[in-house]
Amino acid sequence: MLEIRNLHVSIEDKKILNGLNLTVHDGEVAAIMGPNGSGKSTLSYVIAGKEDYEIHDGEILLDGENVLEMEPDARAAAGIFLAFQYPLEIPGVATMTFLKAAMQAQRKARGEDELSTAEFMKRVRDQAGHLGIPQDMLKRGLNVGFSGGEKKRMEILQMALLEPKFCILDETDSGLDIDALKIVSEGVNRLRGKDRSFLVITHYQRLLNYIVPDTVHVMAHGQVVKSGGKELALELEANGYADYKTLAA
Amino acid sequence: MSDVTPIRTPAESALIAAFPAARKSLPGNAHVIALREAAFNRFEAKGLPHRRVEEWKYTDLRTAMRDALPLAQAPQAATLAALGHVADPFAQLDAYRITIVDGHHVPSLSVDAIKGVTLRDLAASLSTGDGIASLGTMAKADDSALALNAAFMQGGVVIEIAKGVALDKPIYLRFLVSGDKPHAIYPRVLVTVGEGASATLIEAHQGADGIAYQVNGVVEIKAGAKTHIQHVRLNAHGDAAIDLSSLGTDLGEAAEFKSLNFVMRPALTRHQVFARFSGEHIKLDVSGAALLKGKQHADSTLYVDHAMPHGESRELFKHVIDDEAVGVFQGKIVVQQIAQKTDGRMMSQAILLSDDATMNNKPELEIFADDVACGHGATCGALDEDLLFYLRARGLPKPEAEALMLAAFVGEALEKIENDAVREALEAQTQHWLLSRAIK
Repeated sequence: MLEIRNLHVSIEDKKILNGLNLTVHDGEVAAIMGPNGSGKSTLSYVIAGKEDYEIHDGEILLDGENVLEMEPDARAAAGIFLAFQYPLEIPGVATMTFLKAAMQAQRKARGEDELSTAEFMKRVRDQAGHLGIPQDMLKRGLNVGFSGGEKKRMEILQMALLEPKFCILDETDSGLDIDALKIVSEGVNRLRGKDRSFLVITHYQRLLNYIVPDTVHVMAHGQVVKSGGKELALELEANGYADYKTLAA
Repeated sequence: MSDVTPIRTPAESALIAAFPAARKSLPGNAHVIALREAAFNRFEAKGLPHRRVEEWKYTDLRTAMRDALPLAQAPQAATLAALGHVADPFAQLDAYRITIVDGHHVPSLSVDAIKGVTLRDLAASLSTGDGIASLGTMAKADDSALALNAAFMQGGVVIEIAKGVALDKPIYLRFLVSGDKPHAIYPRVLVTVGEGASATLIEAHQGADGIAYQVNGVVEIKAGAKTHIQHVRLNAHGDAAIDLSSLGTDLGEAAEFKSLNFVMRPALTRHQVFARFSGEHIKLDVSGAALLKGKQHADSTLYVDHAMPHGESRELFKHVIDDEAVGVFQGKIVVQQIAQKTDGRMMSQAILLSDDATMNNKPELEIFADDVACGHGATCGALDEDLLFYLRARGLPKPEAEALMLAAFVGEALEKIENDAVREALEAQTQHWLLSRAIK
């Protein structure tokens, strides 16, 4: 599904990723853990196509195609979805308007027919229902005045509607209470399938109790320094990141 | 010290030379002629405004207006027939329509009567004196644009809404500029709204592209006590036009007055608002939105006079500026000593879409009362890159993502329009502008 080879990235002359390698297979849920400043969020932005970064070397292949050549919207249409750590507020753009614009734009980019309004409404209603998102929230400006938990649920709603094949969850657990964490995790688990992979970025093992990963990768100093199964997360929780902070230095 | 003799520009000389004949040919009884002469004398003394006149600092009309043009004549039947092809931006609006072509009221394209309203042709009233007692009392500043309109005003309408009348439909004033030759046009509209009445007034201004015509229009609105007025002006003049527009209003006790000016096309425009609070507990809301590109220049200038206590004023101006276009916002709010408990908030926001775009903001607060809440703010910047990325990461191509953000930005001003059909018409104009930018 996704293969990252020897990725070197800097921002404003500061090196963030130092030859990162990572492979996520079809249907795999890969967790990325690591201390603050290890480059986790940078990795998610670089995969999604944020322009602030300078890519010195390396490749990111989605089903064999190098996405680094693609605009962010083309990457989205190709199936990459980033659930933001801090979803942005867009005053004046009703959530429904935004959802429809995004869905139609992706369908258009893929050469698919426009979704009828009735079908669009049905899908939104179904998915919003699963996530406990009330209808009046969908009429408000996107994320405007939403709580942290509501914003994260809105990200998962977008993910469910856009049906991407590669989903990145950037610290989706931050700022969530236990109830919201359950709702969001259930939303993610519902989307798991053999044709869809996930990159779950988190500081804490807690999220991985709900979204159980197939693989766990530890990031430090812009590299993946250790990979293992889900038990690696428990080990990190017990011992902390101290061992890894010096490992790649 | 000897008096300084100003050097007249060709436009100033031509305007001065044209006045004696215009005074004779334009409608007006003795009172109106005196009014025209006094106004002309004010213009003659000051000349066209230029950048050393503080109120016109950013709009140098002396440089921009190179020539004075011949006065437009009343339109002929063929002219009116040709204008039938011009698309009406408010075609879907259920309204009382009044058409003014080249500064002249056209009865054949206008409603005959409105229940609870006295309608008069301004040209006729200038001769008879009927219904124009308050003419010139709302837009009264010492300003050359106002003076020129008063000296040369050709026609328009006088609208008198009776006490307590709640109009069931908006009054829609459609101003059209005809022809393939550039002319000077000086329309004027006088509206009197009786106590407790409510009305929506819509203006649309349209003219052909590529013709450097000049319009200098004035709308005066006298709002009685407890009136509720919504005023919306769409400026879709031709892309070579110079458009000067003044709105003067005098507000009575507990009046609520909302006005929005929407600028699309003209080469150069200035919309100036003069608002006076003549009673307590008045609510004033003046806003504007401008979509500018090429070498357009759009100036919004306010003069709000809080002359009574417990007044509230809200101002919100939105400029979207592309290419080498220039936006200007000047907002002067005076809170007189007596005007305690005044609550004023003024905001001007601009999005610059190119490195060569310019926005000039000049808020001015003059506060003489000590128990007031007044604030102002101005922001100026590019589109938020993080927001843009968020939208693009969801699959929206850059032009569509930008259009969505710009529509939302302008939408904050358009939201103030209470009439759905009017607001939707302006949203459609916005979409059209954004689309033409996206496919550029």
